[in-house]
Amino acid sequence: MRRRPNVLAGFGSLVWLVLVGLPLYVLLIATFRTRADYSTEGPLSLPKHWTLQNYLTDLSTGFGQDFLNTLTVTAGVVAIVLLVVPPLAYAIVRARGRATGWVFRLFLLGLAIPAQAVIVPMFFVISKTGLYDHLLGVILPTAAFCLPVCTLVLTGAMRDISPELYEAMAMDGASPARMFRQLVLPLSKGGLSSITVFAALQAWNGFLFPLILTQSDSTKVITLGLYDFQTEHGVDVPGLLSAVVLSMLPVFVVYLFARRALVQGLTGVGGK
Amino acid sequence: MTRATGRGAVATRPGLVWAVPAAVFFGMFALTPLLLVAVLSFTSWDGIGDPHFNGLDNWTALFHDPVMLQSVWTTLLLTALGVVTQTPVSILIGVWAAGKQRNRAVLSAVYFVPLLLSATAVSVVWRAVLDPNFGVPAQLTWLFGDGNLLGTKSGAIGVLTFVGVWQFTPLHALIYQGGARAIPQVLYQAAAVDGAGRVRQFLHITLPQLRNTVITSVILMVVGGLTTFDTVLILTQGGPGTDTTVTSYYMYQKAFKSFDFGTGSAIALVLVVVATLISLAVVRLSGYDRMRGTAEGL
Repeated sequence: MRRRPNVLAGFGSLVWLVLVGLPLYVLLIATFRTRADYSTEGPLSLPKHWTLQNYLTDLSTGFGQDFLNTLTVTAGVVAIVLLVVPPLAYAIVRARGRATGWVFRLFLLGLAIPAQAVIVPMFFVISKTGLYDHLLGVILPTAAFCLPVCTLVLTGAMRDISPELYEAMAMDGASPARMFRQLVLPLSKGGLSSITVFAALQAWNGFLFPLILTQSDSTKVITLGLYDFQTEHGVDVPGLLSAVVLSMLPVFVVYLFARRALVQGLTGVGGK
Repeated sequence: MTRATGRGAVATRPGLVWAVPAAVFFGMFALTPLLLVAVLSFTSWDGIGDPHFNGLDNWTALFHDPVMLQSVWTTLLLTALGVVTQTPVSILIGVWAAGKQRNRAVLSAVYFVPLLLSATAVSVVWRAVLDPNFGVPAQLTWLFGDGNLLGTKSGAIGVLTFVGVWQFTPLHALIYQGGARAIPQVLYQAAAVDGAGRVRQFLHITLPQLRNTVITSVILMVVGGLTTFDTVLILTQGGPGTDTTVTSYYMYQKAFKSFDFGTGSAIALVLVVVATLISLAVVRLSGYDRMRGTAEGL
């Protein structure tokens, strides 16, 4: 069946392209300007002299350290999530009994706990346990707040494994642990990459927990670096925006190579 | 679920032990703080010494605090504006992107970029773009007038709403894209045979079929809207005056700027209660109930 081209939708999508594209254009172009050029020429024109100085300055003024800290936090969060969520999802999908349902409901309830709601007691717990201003003090709560969504996504993936496969393995005398290793993990690869991507993105872009739970330069993460940059050198827009570009560079590279996993990870966030 | 096939082979099942590590971890770092916030809301605590119980003091003070009441209204207003603006845009983009042409895939890839940026980065970029002296408004005076958008109440609320659309539409468009792809093509073919045009098809097939998706998406927007924090902190600092002081930002100010952690906890508890009520609505309306129903006969 032939359809006429949808002029209205085409026009609408163009408007949206401008709305998304314009700030991204300003963001990218500004990073190649000098400060003087930015304030005299405005954000829309092309720079008179292209320069990489903004990036070099960012990297030499502590942004490299922020970068490493964020990387550490991200790795830690992903490690915790991959360690505890798969067994949990396996239990929720396969274990018998009323308690299983309660566990699942508990984690579903966690979906609605906003981080802001627990930030004061989190500060209390973290400072009483001596983890204040340690990266571990950021990693633990960030990972905990990734659990509900990751659990939801992974149980969804594990439910798709057919019961016949479990039965076949049971006939061979396989234990639950062996079924987990040889059946469940290999067959939920898609779900596993989705939760990895989601947890990594959350950790990489996290702001509230680092803001509240760290204070020194040695534990500063990128998002906090951007915030401090803005409050301290608000006039150096090219320097600030190149820091923004640096902060999203790794995510963007992952996006280029693993768009499918990323998109699926994020669609999973929205519930299925 | 069927327990076994003909020959009576019942697969061995894992015990609930498998859930213990995650449950303990989650209990320590998400549920304990949640209980603790209720306790702390009946104390006065400066963040350094030990908390002291002070009964209902925080609550009575909050109840008479004009800024608290104003912040609740501002939060509700921004949440409502978020839902009203983000929903139609994301439905349109999502349904459009559900089509199959090549250019849609390319454009969708561009549309998706805001999702990769942290809320901090989004706010920083928009603050630079909208700066009245050095930003875009200074160059496009025909569009923006004197351009100090963040200097007035309506301007600041408008900017926060707009930045919300910019930031969250891609996620919701993705959700709608998935929903739209699941609509059976037969419905459209039948409608086309009956002579229904594109607009009628959209109104009479697409929208009704997306009902459940709309519910999920709207509830996510509401929870997100109630807890907006980063954008307010960076774009407006709650200003001008207290015009954009949303509840979560007010909590942050009370606790971490005025070192009144008891009051901060009370404000946080208000957020928890509202968010929990909405979470129950999520479970009720979005079909998670039915999903659970398929789980081992619960």
